[in-house]
Amino acid sequence: MTILTAVIALLILAIIFGALLGYAAIRFKPEGNPLVESIDNLLPQTQCGQCGYPGCRPYADAIAGGDAINKCPPGGMATVEALADLLDLPVLELDAEDPDAEQNRIAVIREDECIGCTKCIQACPVDAILGAAKLMHTVIEKECTGCDLCLEPCPVDCIDMVSQSVTITNWRWQSPEAPKIIATDRAETTHEPR
Amino acid sequence: MSRVDRIWPLPGGIHPPEHKSESNGRPIARLPAPHKVVLPLHQNSGLPAEPLVAIGEQVQRGQLIAKGHHPVSALVHATISGRVTAIEDRPFAHPSGLSVPSIVIESLSDQEAALSPEAVSMAPMRDWATETKERLVSRIQEAGITGLGGAGFPSHIKYLGQRQIHTLIVNGVECEPYITADDRLMREHATDIVTGTQIALKILSASTAFIAIEDNKPEAISAIKAALVAVTDTRIKVKVVPTKYPSGGEKQLVYLLTGREVPSGDIPASLGIVMQNTGTLYAIKEAVVSGTPMTERVVTITGEGTPNPGNYWVTIGTPIQDALAATQVAVTGNRPRVIMGGPMMGYDVDITAPVSKVTNCLLVPSATEFPTAPDPDPCIRCGLCEQACPANLLPQKLFWNAVHHEWEQARLNSLSDCIECGACSWVCPSNIPLVQHYRFAKAEIKREAIETIKADQSRLRFEQRQARLERDAAEKDAKRKARAAEAAKAQAAKAQDTPSTLDASAKDAILASVARAKAKKAASTGPVTQEALENTVVLAQQAVDKTRVKLATAVSDGLPSVEALTGALQKLEKRLADAQSALQSHTETGDAP
Amino acid sequence: MSDYVLMFVSTILVNNFLLVQFLGLCPFMGVSNKLETAIGMALATTFVLTLSSVSSYLVFEWILVPLGLTYLKTISFILVIAVLVQFTEMVVRKTSPLLYRVLGIFLPLITTNCAVLGVALLNIKKDNTFFTSLIYGLGASLGFALVLILFSAMRERLNQSDVPKPFKGSAIGLITAGMMSLAFMGFAGLAPA
Repeated sequence: MTILTAVIALLILAIIFGALLGYAAIRFKPEGNPLVESIDNLLPQTQCGQCGYPGCRPYADAIAGGDAINKCPPGGMATVEALADLLDLPVLELDAEDPDAEQNRIAVIREDECIGCTKCIQACPVDAILGAAKLMHTVIEKECTGCDLCLEPCPVDCIDMVSQSVTITNWRWQSPEAPKIIATDRAETTHEPR
Repeated sequence: MSRVDRIWPLPGGIHPPEHKSESNGRPIARLPAPHKVVLPLHQNSGLPAEPLVAIGEQVQRGQLIAKGHHPVSALVHATISGRVTAIEDRPFAHPSGLSVPSIVIESLSDQEAALSPEAVSMAPMRDWATETKERLVSRIQEAGITGLGGAGFPSHIKYLGQRQIHTLIVNGVECEPYITADDRLMREHATDIVTGTQIALKILSASTAFIAIEDNKPEAISAIKAALVAVTDTRIKVKVVPTKYPSGGEKQLVYLLTGREVPSGDIPASLGIVMQNTGTLYAIKEAVVSGTPMTERVVTITGEGTPNPGNYWVTIGTPIQDALAATQVAVTGNRPRVIMGGPMMGYDVDITAPVSKVTNCLLVPSATEFPTAPDPDPCIRCGLCEQACPANLLPQKLFWNAVHHEWEQARLNSLSDCIECGACSWVCPSNIPLVQHYRFAKAEIKREAIETIKADQSRLRFEQRQARLERDAAEKDAKRKARAAEAAKAQAAKAQDTPSTLDASAKDAILASVARAKAKKAASTGPVTQEALENTVVLAQQAVDKTRVKLATAVSDGLPSVEALTGALQKLEKRLADAQSALQSHTETGDAP
Repeated sequence: MSDYVLMFVSTILVNNFLLVQFLGLCPFMGVSNKLETAIGMALATTFVLTLSSVSSYLVFEWILVPLGLTYLKTISFILVIAVLVQFTEMVVRKTSPLLYRVLGIFLPLITTNCAVLGVALLNIKKDNTFFTSLIYGLGASLGFALVLILFSAMRERLNQSDVPKPFKGSAIGLITAGMMSLAFMGFAGLAPA
């Protein structure tokens, strides 16, 4: 008899709580995913696809779903650190073929060779190339993100990626060396996982 | 002690060895006019001034030669009479060692010099007390005066502010070791500095002026006091501050004299205060009373590497090596090592760079005077840096934030309020280059801000492009659907119509075009027929003719597409030849269609 | 009245659940890397602890005791706690997806937080009344929150420091926690256990 009472009592308790949770699930349903917004805001928006996703927003979605944070070469370690800080994840090494490859290059069209085919205009994800069919094409320097997507389609291979020169206005102080600790720790002064 | 006389204690600060007596014992000497001056066009705003003269033009000392379009920019005047020999990138006195566009003027030969007028100046305003504020401010702007204390901000901007100013602080503190330019200027031109102060007071409509001088300059103090007695201006008072580095910093001096803190991110004008260096006020006096634009300044040339340490009137634009050579400093190649500024806030410069409006000191140390710093040791958290900071910051926390790239934390710990005075680095027992870490952190924070703006812009463009592509695709789709509907309607209408309603010629035309289309199709994919081959030859011939015409035009116009067109023509000619031979062989073998 | 004040002092400081009774150490070490995360976790645990303290008391008094089923208290308390944690999870997910993402697995692990079940069971053991169990639960959660937030602030500074490699991460964290515990022992004797 007591077993029955026990079972029924627990059953009723469970049903009440279940109903409560069911109501709460509907009442507190989350809309959209603002986390993706915050992640996307930290990505450099080159829309280059080097992370394996067709643009920065899909990669942000993937990170929100649990993908690794170290796939963005144009963002560099700065972006990895910012993402690690936002999501409380460990800082990882940049996962790219050539992590020291120079970022911050811009495309320049050799105008003598341009044949006005508009293939690069169609390829540019941020519409940074000005021009029209059979007319001269040129890259708007300020808008170019250096994503490299225009190099492939050009049939006469007239686009160069040029690194931006350091001028007095964009020169920045460099980092001094951080103090070394004991010999075995010398290799890891910064960027170590917590 | 009344509130006006009170001095507040500066938090932190250090007492490095002063080294003032090496250079403050002699009056300011005048260096001979240089044969060549280099005048950089770079301005604080980042946008360079634009030259108003051309290469080969003759200019006079004091003539306006460049003007910036940005509202915060100073005018550039020729500082010697001569000829403009170059307008190009030249070394510039900057920690980066980069070059900037500069105007180079070389002095004329003696005969030419004899024929041209000496110098250009503006009309002297002897009775400046009756002039309007606007005229006085525009005179300051026309003279190209920038702050001589360190940052080189165009001075007229300080007088154009909207806020009500009640106090002018004259900064004669000169707290950095080795530098004695303001000291000597105050001793020798006290009356002029007081006049400059009065002019500034008039422009600002301020009620009080404090001339702040450190107590290690007793002669300067008595000189200024004597000048004030002569002028009997009760608005101006001398305030003697205890010798401590960095009492001369703008925010530090405001606190020292008034007990009020300038809010973070804001300027002293928010408290109703404007600060000017004594040298700047002297230049203002010269511009207003004598009409001379800013063409020279007092520079302290000192250090164990100088045989004649002292203060000199140096023409702005003189290459540093020439100025040093004129004081008998041995200059060979890129030696000696020269620091522009003092030992705390100065930086190494390329000696071919010119003396600029902000050069207050050229320090030539011997190898033992400033030995290279030893390697930094780990931070032992002693807290001496926090005791030394004059801005009440936490240098230790900022150091850890900078090393671990925690920019948000650094920002929250008020990194932007750091004046980079170097007091913390000076006291650090582990020899950690703290200021260099803070500069790097500030640069990274700035870079991130710029990149965020650029990224937002790119994102916007990307999203708009996606929207445009979708819109175009949707329009195309709609049009296609509409056309299909139209065609279906037309088809239905045609089915109802009798054949006679169709015009005979129209019918023929339709049939002919249908036949052409069939032939074309047959020519490319269908069975080999005489007709098809003939059509192929005709089409190939047309293509070759068209390309020949294009090539002829390209050759005659000298266009770079000649190469591409020649290749294309070759291909098309081959195709024509193939089609003709196929037709020929077909005709010969007489294959039935 | 003074009894309640004393109870607060006892649960927050003297018999702090984390540092003196060593309950709930899992989220203590797992979530204390960042201050914002720790504050979020502290708030979530406070919510769960206080409510579960009261609801488990009510379940005990109104259902288990009248039906003579007091031996079922562990199971039913776990049921109550699990429901409350699920509810908290939904609220957190709605109000702050970032916190939800950052807390990760530790949010549902509040269910297994021994402090939460501990408070519920201790209420029974001490024969607390309704109001007393409320105070007890609130005090326990405030003590938990206090130590969690203090420790995470320390942990952030530890992460910046030159800790030798063998000690990095949880090792130095536990040593520091031990020292905090020693410090909290100074409160002993202020209030009865």
